[in-house]
Amino acid sequence: MASSFLKKTDFKADVVIIGAGLHGCSTALHLALQGVSVIVLEKDYAGRHASGVNAGGVRRLGRHLAEMPLSVASAKIWQEIEGFVDDDCGFRSSQQIKVAETPEELSKQETRVNEVRQSGFHHEKMIDQQTLREMLPNVSPHCVGGMIVEDDGYANPFRTVQAFRLKAQSLGARFREGTKVANIKRERGIWFVGCHDCVVEAPKLVNCAGAWGGEIAKKLGENAFVSAIALMLMITARMPAFVTGVVGAEGRTLSFKQFPNGTVLIGGGHEGQANKDDNTTHLDYSGLAINAHTARTIFPIMRSTRIVRAWAGIEGMTPDGIPVISPSQADDAFHGFGFSGHGFQLGPIGGKILSDLVLDDKTNLPLEPFRIDRF
Amino acid sequence: MTQHYEIIVIGAGPAGMAASQTAAKHGAKTLVLDEQRTPGGQIYRAAEANEARQSVELGKSYENGFSLVKSFRNSAVDYVPGASVWQLSHEREIGYSKDGTAHIVTANQVIVATGALERPMPVPGWTLPQVMTVGAAQILLKESEIGIADAVFVGTGPLLYLVVHQYITAGIPVKAVIDLTPACNYFKALAHMPNAVFAMSRIMEGWRWKREIIAADIPLISRVDDVRILGDGAVEAIEYRHKSTWKKLDCDHVLLHQGVVPDVNISLAAGCDSRWDEAQACWHILVDEWFQSSVEGISIAGDSGSIGGGVAAEQRGHITALGALMRLNKITPVERNRLARPYQASLKTEMQVRPFLDTLFRPADNFRMPEHEETIVCRCEEISAKQIREAVDLGCQGPNQLKSYTRCGMGPCQGRFCGLTVSELIGKFSNKPVCAVGYYRLRPPIKPLLLDELANMKNQPEN
Amino acid sequence: MFTRVNKNNAKFVSISLDNQTVKVRKGLTVAAALLEANIGHFRQTPVSGKPRAPFCMMGVCFDCLVVIDGMANQQSCLIEVCEGMRIERQIGPADIIPEKPEDQGTKP
Repeated sequence: MASSFLKKTDFKADVVIIGAGLHGCSTALHLALQGVSVIVLEKDYAGRHASGVNAGGVRRLGRHLAEMPLSVASAKIWQEIEGFVDDDCGFRSSQQIKVAETPEELSKQETRVNEVRQSGFHHEKMIDQQTLREMLPNVSPHCVGGMIVEDDGYANPFRTVQAFRLKAQSLGARFREGTKVANIKRERGIWFVGCHDCVVEAPKLVNCAGAWGGEIAKKLGENAFVSAIALMLMITARMPAFVTGVVGAEGRTLSFKQFPNGTVLIGGGHEGQANKDDNTTHLDYSGLAINAHTARTIFPIMRSTRIVRAWAGIEGMTPDGIPVISPSQADDAFHGFGFSGHGFQLGPIGGKILSDLVLDDKTNLPLEPFRIDRF
Repeated sequence: MTQHYEIIVIGAGPAGMAASQTAAKHGAKTLVLDEQRTPGGQIYRAAEANEARQSVELGKSYENGFSLVKSFRNSAVDYVPGASVWQLSHEREIGYSKDGTAHIVTANQVIVATGALERPMPVPGWTLPQVMTVGAAQILLKESEIGIADAVFVGTGPLLYLVVHQYITAGIPVKAVIDLTPACNYFKALAHMPNAVFAMSRIMEGWRWKREIIAADIPLISRVDDVRILGDGAVEAIEYRHKSTWKKLDCDHVLLHQGVVPDVNISLAAGCDSRWDEAQACWHILVDEWFQSSVEGISIAGDSGSIGGGVAAEQRGHITALGALMRLNKITPVERNRLARPYQASLKTEMQVRPFLDTLFRPADNFRMPEHEETIVCRCEEISAKQIREAVDLGCQGPNQLKSYTRCGMGPCQGRFCGLTVSELIGKFSNKPVCAVGYYRLRPPIKPLLLDELANMKNQPEN
Repeated sequence: MFTRVNKNNAKFVSISLDNQTVKVRKGLTVAAALLEANIGHFRQTPVSGKPRAPFCMMGVCFDCLVVIDGMANQQSCLIEVCEGMRIERQIGPADIIPEKPEDQGTKP
């Protein structure tokens, strides 16, 4: 819609951020904390997709080694989250355990924990069968042990997005929801972002568009292969408290936890169908059946509970399963998208990194693996 | 193996029974899934049992269902009672549970005939144990020959008066009838009277029921514009505002009713388009003249699309099936049109009375959008009107965000008893039309599903 | 007060409610049978602990949930009574049923 450029500029800011998921809101907050004027454009509403409807795991356990320094730095912010955003985000510091069901799985985990140690991180530990039984009294007896991070946790995803957004807003950041970016143009060192109802002008631009991050990158002349996936989750009726922390499985896809209100969330990465053109997702019941079967296998007492709801959020997946966090090849533009199903824990640090890049063109965390031109 | 049918009908009320009979008559391999134990839906519930015991209290319109149920029983359809449908996908894959086992079936054409449910009536105290819907009282009477002695009937709509009449006929004592029909509705409804003349006998029947209440010395309190039910753990009294004065009536049971609305959960979860109907103050599923929805191969028959009543539902069931049969090439378009004509004619006559009824019995705003802020809106998660207003004040724009803010609508009933209230309340608090506020985004399972049943589906061989 | 309308002869079955034997009419749903026995509330909500009883009788409201033969979250308005059925009021969140021998899951 070239016509939108004929109008006068409606909004001006130092930085325009595209996407009000957790990373967009976090970037807005970190920038606003530095007194930078920010405007965030969101085509739906803040936290509508993967950021707001994910499993809420705050997990270093089992991370890709490239993400480990970021994840460790983010964990520090999570532990102090209430002081940072004035809301506890539903965050509970707790253990994360990945159970091993066979001796082979256990030895695979030992190798992994050693590898992490050699990289200088000591938060992942092995636990034996007896310790596992003590920590998870209802785990199936066939589970032989597992690996653990004692002080990971979980949070309420939508509330977290909302808290970051409200805090950023309180510091002057502006959010425009229901505003879809139609075109992006750079003139005389200024970005002009044309939307259906306004034009935003800013010297710097940040792309936090999640599953739609590839489309925004394309408008900047870059190719990033990010596909839209729909990660399915389901939740049960309330049950008496029987499990603490978050539980995964080495040999199966699982993320399992019980909220303080008694409901149990079962997820972990089974995919439905995502349609990013009309925001719809479709659930695949054969995948949910496998997920339910896994939950029942690890926790046999689950069999008599009822699934009350199932849903899926649209998330951006990259070919190598790690995100794009990178300066653009275009001047004064930056990317943070494609977190591939594990970006929630990285949200607090993701915003810090992008704000560092915007303000100083550098950050003290290693970003080489996340370059946009790696594809 | 997944079983496949040419036509699957969900629901065995008048629409479902009519649709499946027509479908089977023209040679379509047809399956009927129904949650209840016997055919009839809510309107003709337990028809067979009542015919057998020659009940007199249920009246003539109920007896109309006897022949429909009989011919349904005699038709060549596979009928599965006690089947709880928890999924209908846009590819027409249906998941249902029966006796603790989940099944998947598929069809070329699906006819949703899940009928109506009673409109939520959020008044203070409506969650107390001895408060039920008038429909629930009627179900107890039809199916179990149980009456609720000395109950106070509260609300508006034809069903309220019908059930009071049935109670009087059956000799069950009624404590009082509190009529909440807004006085202004009578004048507004007069404008629709000319179209409703054919239905004069039914309108007169309504007047007779009213006279019968008075003749039976049952207090009939009209022009009441607010009520609240009192009690701590059990109903103790009902308070009502009559001509600006609050009065109190001690009682043990309260029966509420303010009309019926389409049960749209299954259609919305399947992705069918809907629109807000201001006259009926509920969502309608958009359909074409053969009642096919926006999702190809999924049709909506009867009250589950929009409210037309039991007789209209039967006609719509036949017409819907003819549309589906044509799409299956079982009949030609010419045959379809010819066969549909008589049903369409009766449907047209039947629907002429709707504007009159919809206007007369449209519940007042304060009974749809509670003004007492402590009133529970979401019965499952116990979310009050106040909590909804506070969420809107915080920036909540719609029902889906409200779930994230408050858990409203996230309990086992999946929004069926709060969804309408929530959409209208958010519209009121944020000064937006209800159509802009929208409804809950619904997903399968549309009824809670035993984890064991879901897990066992993993072992089912694909076909 | 819930009362029978026609007092003609009916067949009865024995069920138990919270370990007390109750004679109820054969053919009724669990919800109708318990209402006819005028038992008051059916459950206490997991949110506030407030008492509830059936509201809609047609499978929509989920206020009639009880524990039947050890299985929680059962919609009593959709299930027929049978001889020897064990029913318990559902108090708060549904209890977990004890593990059965076949629950000892193994990795396939």
